[in-house]
Amino acid sequence: MHAKDYIGFSILIGMVLVMPHLVGNDYYVGVLVFAAFNCLACIGLCLLMGYAGQISLGHGAFIAIGAYASGLLTTKMGWSPWTAMAAGAFLAMAIAFIVGIPTLRLKGHYLAMATLGFASIVHIVAVAAVDLTGGPAGVLGIPRIGLFGFSLDSDIQYYYFAWTAVVIGLYLAFNIIDSRIGRGLRAIHGSEDAASAAGVNTSVYKIQVFALSAVYASVSGSLYAYYVNYIDPGPFDVMHSILLVTMVAVGGLRHLWGAVIGALLLSLLPEMLSFAAAPLQAIGIEYKPDYDIIVYGTILLLIMLFLPEGLFAGLAAGCKSAWNLFKKILKGRPFVRE
Amino acid sequence: METGLITDLLQFLFMGIQRGAIYAMVAIGFNMIYNSTGIINFAQGEFVVLGGLMMVSLTMSLKLSLVFAFLMSVAFVTVVGILMERLTINPVRRPTVLRLIIITIAVSMLFKGSAMCFWGKGSHYMHHFTDAPPLEVMGATILPQSLWVIGILALVVIGYVMFFNWTMTGKCMRACAINRDAARLAGINDRRMVMLSFALSAAIGAVAGIIITPIIQMDYARGALLGLKGFGAAVIGGLGNSMGAVAAGLLLGIIEALSGGFISSHYMDAIALLVMLGVLFVRPGGLFGSSEEVRLKEF
Amino acid sequence: MYGNNQILKLEKLRKVFGGVVALDDLSFEVGTETITSVIGPNGAGKTTVFNLLSGYLQPTKGAMIYKDRSLQGEKPYKIASLGIGRTFQNVQIFPDMTVLENVMVGRHLRSRTGMLFSALIPSFLRPEEKRIREDAVRCLAFVGLEHAADTPAGSLPLGNQRMLEIARAMAIEPDLLLLDEPASGLNSRETIAMGELINRIREKRVTVMLVEHDMELVMEISDRVAVMNFGRLIAEGTPREVQENQEVISAYLGE
Repeated sequence: MHAKDYIGFSILIGMVLVMPHLVGNDYYVGVLVFAAFNCLACIGLCLLMGYAGQISLGHGAFIAIGAYASGLLTTKMGWSPWTAMAAGAFLAMAIAFIVGIPTLRLKGHYLAMATLGFASIVHIVAVAAVDLTGGPAGVLGIPRIGLFGFSLDSDIQYYYFAWTAVVIGLYLAFNIIDSRIGRGLRAIHGSEDAASAAGVNTSVYKIQVFALSAVYASVSGSLYAYYVNYIDPGPFDVMHSILLVTMVAVGGLRHLWGAVIGALLLSLLPEMLSFAAAPLQAIGIEYKPDYDIIVYGTILLLIMLFLPEGLFAGLAAGCKSAWNLFKKILKGRPFVRE
Repeated sequence: METGLITDLLQFLFMGIQRGAIYAMVAIGFNMIYNSTGIINFAQGEFVVLGGLMMVSLTMSLKLSLVFAFLMSVAFVTVVGILMERLTINPVRRPTVLRLIIITIAVSMLFKGSAMCFWGKGSHYMHHFTDAPPLEVMGATILPQSLWVIGILALVVIGYVMFFNWTMTGKCMRACAINRDAARLAGINDRRMVMLSFALSAAIGAVAGIIITPIIQMDYARGALLGLKGFGAAVIGGLGNSMGAVAAGLLLGIIEALSGGFISSHYMDAIALLVMLGVLFVRPGGLFGSSEEVRLKEF
Repeated sequence: MYGNNQILKLEKLRKVFGGVVALDDLSFEVGTETITSVIGPNGAGKTTVFNLLSGYLQPTKGAMIYKDRSLQGEKPYKIASLGIGRTFQNVQIFPDMTVLENVMVGRHLRSRTGMLFSALIPSFLRPEEKRIREDAVRCLAFVGLEHAADTPAGSLPLGNQRMLEIARAMAIEPDLLLLDEPASGLNSRETIAMGELINRIREKRVTVMLVEHDMELVMEISDRVAVMNFGRLIAEGTPREVQENQEVISAYLGE
């Protein structure tokens, strides 16, 4: 982690503390809690996409695994929420190895299709295995998770809890990037041949990162289940997996901060669009939440075409040139090229 | 009892072939774009949906004649495919595979959303091509539409073989697929070939959508699963190998129909996908290719 | 130890690319702590030898014996862990990482920390991370790039990128270093510096094997020279012997 990242952390923590007071109502605090779940999953996905250069279209399935493990183990087996969450994470990791080992050994992006197929299977099972998952009716009565004997009953308590999880998850991810393993992964991105000539076992690291990102997704799913207290297969469809990829790609693949920004922005987008619905109606366009997918698709397409490094890189470049201009103005000669 | 089983078997076999024909055509579409660009087009399933829905509108709402509506729908989706290539694939300089894949995902979201805007969320009914009564073969019934599906698949395959073996353009496309740099040196405009591959694969997708709509009743959300199973057929047949894809598509359809009939209709889709994953894990080069080859393939 | 002071033996090495014979029963030996050059006209199969030795290609037939151990079927990362480092003809650096980070990747095999420990402890508290950094700085200083440690590797001029590649390869502490055309694209001053660097690498008791077109450099620094043509070894010996060999002269002048 570099000095700039510590500044980023300070900003993030500051924002987390201030936001609930700014939005002021429980509904929007709830929206921000959901944003935290997406953030957590996207941090893991960013490690996979941005650093190992692989794409997974099945992270919704790992979220589902976490959510269902938490939901079923707490309600049917009476496990504590924390143990159930750990069990879900372990299961997700194991499944990631099973799916990842054969596909990641192949060159290219077979993982994308394998994970897409896997996500569809998980969704089908969630709907069809009524005895286990409750089918379309889902699992009811999932308890709220507690922390050292404190319950986290109110939205605002859960908000701080969820965002603490995001900050911790981000911190761990940064530490991994800044280690021999992280450097190995970034090296794969630069030149796979040179990385292996330097002794980096490329396929093993790809698989490990895939498993790690599955754990992030699974924990995010568990936290979701403990928050809404009720799960059904609906939110875990293939579209959700694709949405996660969209978030990471829009924010910027090559940097963890990109994943955070992308997840935050696109999680809040439906709310922003619902604000836009009224003025649109005034000019005769009826906007329905169903149309969100077009907006997501358009944003993703535009970013990929014109800002392929993502919003974060664009933002960073913008800040840099603004700063340079500012320095020149201080020197009193803004139009001189140096 | 004995005849009952055979009747069932036959019935599922017919259903499987009819489904498989669609997967085969989707797989051919995947292969065409894969061969010319090295990417998997995640919007392939949406071509099928757009073709089917367009056909529904033209025949059911505008009451156009079948042949005319067929040609119009295929032309429409072909133009969509060309636009997709010109606007989203062609402008990308220094493309990485990851970036191109994400672009096709974005386009598929746009297609899906637009289809929902225009045609709504419901599924759409369409008349069968011919009014003839179902045929009976040893107690199993075959819809005349199924015969249409199989017949048109056969025509597509024949057309495909003729195009790639007998026409100059087809040969140029094959040359690009084998070695793009060498083809360019020989004076082939490889970027035009990419556009052509999008056009052709969109057209084939549209045809698949049109002929299956009377049987399955098309809706906007079907693209993802159709695309995924088509990809499954492409993988089982060996990515890039279209004749393998046809065989694999039919095989996948039959496996799916049999497991739907004899195991569980709930898990029918899951079983087809498991077969795909199994092949991907065990024989990534497909059932008809060598696995060594696929390790070297970029995708 | 391995016999006769030969760190590497190639025995009847053969590589066929879809009908084209790139290497035709190539046999020769590389003495420990020598500088051995492989020369020959373009397409003679020199880089193919390197790609076989470092595990990117597998031989069709024949044996590669390194320190009494076969390299047959080993993956590139495994070969690196056996102590064979290499550079690439078309420079392969990690352009988005800093110069220092590039070399730190080379310390990969000499460090152990796993994913869990890395995740929990920030890098400035990990003693191993500090050691990796120091080792990498030392490797950079060895090639004379320590002043550029924090610049992005992609922005270095070509000459320095080649030096960086060598620093990274030296960071794995190799016993055998394969240099693929280290002087190509360099000006005469840089080429002289490269020659001096290669001599200093040998002084560190590392065996150097290089493929090179710059004859002046090859003749000056090599202990042994192997000449290849059409995938076959046509001569082998000291620089002087090779220069006087009739077959070599005709291969180069092309009768």
